[in-house]
Amino acid sequence: MLGRIMRMKRSGVLGLNRRNGEYIMKFNHRRFYPLVDDKVICKQRLQEQGLAVPRLISVARSMRQASQIDELLQDNNEFVIKPAHGSGGDGILVIKDRKADYFVDSDGHMVQHADLEHHITNVIGGLYSLGGQPDSAMIESLVHFDLAFSNLTYHGVPDIRVIVYRGYPVMAMTRLPTRQSHGKANLHQGAIGVGIDLGSGVTVGGVSGNNPVSVHPDTGSEIVGFQIPYWSQIVSMAARCYEAVELGYLGVDIVLDRDHGPLILELNARPGLNIQIANRRGLCECLDAVDKLDSLDASPEQRVEWSCRAFGVPESDLLTQVPW
Amino acid sequence: MSKNRQWIVLSLLLLAMGGLIFAYKVFWLGFPPLPDLTSELWTIQVRLEIRPEAGPVRASLILPSRSSGYIVSKENFISRGFGLTVEEDLFRRQADWAIRHMSESKTLYYRATVMPDTRTRRFAKTPRQTQIPILEEPYASALADIVEEVREESADVESFTAAILSRLTGIAVDENTSLFLSDTETPLEKARLAKTLLAGAEIPSLLVHGVMLQADVQRAPVHTMLAVYDGDDWLLFDPGSGHQGIPDGFMIWWRDDEIMATVSGASLQDVQISIKRRLESALDQATRRVEIENSRIGKISVLQLPVQTQSVYELLLLVPFGILVVVILRNFIGFSSFGTFAPVLIALAFRETELLKGILLFILIVSLGLFFRFYLERLRLLLVPRLAAVVTIVVLLMTTISMISYQLGIETGLSVSLFPMVIISMVIERMSVVWEERGAATSIREGLGSLFMAALAYLVISIDILAYWVSVFPEVNLVVLGIIIALGRYTGFRLTELVRFSSLSDSRGG
Repeated sequence: MLGRIMRMKRSGVLGLNRRNGEYIMKFNHRRFYPLVDDKVICKQRLQEQGLAVPRLISVARSMRQASQIDELLQDNNEFVIKPAHGSGGDGILVIKDRKADYFVDSDGHMVQHADLEHHITNVIGGLYSLGGQPDSAMIESLVHFDLAFSNLTYHGVPDIRVIVYRGYPVMAMTRLPTRQSHGKANLHQGAIGVGIDLGSGVTVGGVSGNNPVSVHPDTGSEIVGFQIPYWSQIVSMAARCYEAVELGYLGVDIVLDRDHGPLILELNARPGLNIQIANRRGLCECLDAVDKLDSLDASPEQRVEWSCRAFGVPESDLLTQVPW
Repeated sequence: MSKNRQWIVLSLLLLAMGGLIFAYKVFWLGFPPLPDLTSELWTIQVRLEIRPEAGPVRASLILPSRSSGYIVSKENFISRGFGLTVEEDLFRRQADWAIRHMSESKTLYYRATVMPDTRTRRFAKTPRQTQIPILEEPYASALADIVEEVREESADVESFTAAILSRLTGIAVDENTSLFLSDTETPLEKARLAKTLLAGAEIPSLLVHGVMLQADVQRAPVHTMLAVYDGDDWLLFDPGSGHQGIPDGFMIWWRDDEIMATVSGASLQDVQISIKRRLESALDQATRRVEIENSRIGKISVLQLPVQTQSVYELLLLVPFGILVVVILRNFIGFSSFGTFAPVLIALAFRETELLKGILLFILIVSLGLFFRFYLERLRLLLVPRLAAVVTIVVLLMTTISMISYQLGIETGLSVSLFPMVIISMVIERMSVVWEERGAATSIREGLGSLFMAALAYLVISIDILAYWVSVFPEVNLVVLGIIIALGRYTGFRLTELVRFSSLSDSRGG
């Protein structure tokens, strides 16, 4: 066991205790937490920085509002209801279509008006928020994922997670929903995590749970060697989030919209560590490399350039790499 | 850097503080570190029988003093009709009885309960310069010869005294010694002789009288020891055997040529000292000692609280140990549970139900609660009223279980009322959310995880010695706090992460 600990240390694996004690507590100041923990505030903040986000339709803050669905939805037939303080993707309801007197959710099930109302009241009551605090329900427009991903996902929207450390993108992966994950891009629930080469935006290999995979279990498509579209734009957006929320250890979740290109879905002040498994690489050495930099007041463009150079895999390696 | 080191200082400080208070209580105040130790107590009774002669009667009795090697924890005087005064200083205590007219024989009693003193105290004050006794011939020259001879064969006061005593008790006696010995018969006289011989060498000495507390005795003999001052401290010698040191069970009572009991205006018919052994739990004894000594630190103990609140605090003081278990399970092993410290509260409830029955009851209530919770979901109640409904249902379930099990003659069912119902309701609520969002398997797994943590926390807080320690030595919680603070800085891997990231440990990453 000691040998394994030593090997993991050598590989630079970041553990939860160390993430919390040495990165989150040091670089994520409490006063900036509300900027990411409240998705409504976060969205505003990102927009102020000129970063693209899914359009906010409305926010329901009181039980009374929950009963005025038509007012909340305005004329949208496709939308997503999210708890503003939700975590781990809990309490998210995706509506794809609206019929005369009912809605259709992402799985094609019928959702009654009353069901929708009940869901919103649950969200407002704090069922999904941390510590059961009263919350508000955010209704935003549905993202139509880029067709480039159509072979790589089962229902749901695949997203891209970039870890940004003190403004520098250090690691990235994409999360592909599967049948097992019920269309959710959540690794704990069975989505596949696929590591992305930071320099080129090419996927390098995936994991399901803790096991390596190279083919999507539901679509049968190869998931290695896939070029993520708009990659340079994605990395640069992620880096600019640092200016928006000032958290030193940040997870940026980005989706590719068919019509609007990359959109920032949400930010996470306590991003998970599975990204290391997806990339087959420990985070520590990337974080150490950033810590060793002389000055940390570079512009987002400079930071992206440095990161791509420092953490990207040289092109020749990518071609010869054996997919695992 | 200083900020980074602060936790170490704080943690060590807490550990040291807890440890020191603990040590002080164990070694100085005699609190037993383990439960159920018994230690000795002695009841000593002095009975004085006086027959009246004429006029006012005064009787005085020397009492065991604070330098007796024993602590008097309780004493009383039975002396009807007499006026009583007690004089006291560090080395001597005396009771004086007085009565103006006494027409018939009376018996005065003094009764004391004593226990061994954990500290060694000097039993007499520093003596003044000793004068060489002025004796007639041939005693004077014999004394000088003995002193000279013994000086030759000894190095210090201790060996000098030992040599003198061996001459007095030895079989081969020389002329000079036998000259003195011809006048002595009793051990007391021998001791007096030793004192005289020592004075010849200008060594201060003192006779010490007392009783041996070794067994129950109706009429205890008085033992006399020889105390010799070596310029620094008093050494005690047995004049009979010549052994140095305070014998086990010897209680010093009075000194030198004092008389233990004296009476004027009446005749003292009899003085009887009787001794009786009593066993008492060491804890009671330490508690009593704390009261006598009026030690502030010694009073830091749950036992000083009113009895009815003691058990509550005993339970409260156990909570940190349960919490410590949770910290270890979460940050070192990598377990997760519903509610950070909910397992500790469930563990406290297990104390009343016993582990296995507690687990069964918990599973029963949670599964029934979940069943009702899923039904409530269909009614589309708002969150707070629904939670309230769940709490109410949990209360009703607990009552029903109690009543049914009582009817069936199972008493465990009754202790279900101690389950933290609000906590259980929250567990039910969280489980049902996870059930819907992540599936039944995850929900049940996490629920069982919480139960497992509760069971482990229970096993720790049900260690008997912990319950004893927290009530007698609440300061052990300072140690727990120190440990928790130190653990809070652990940033290494969790045990579960070794499995989770195992694929990364095999190859050299990056």
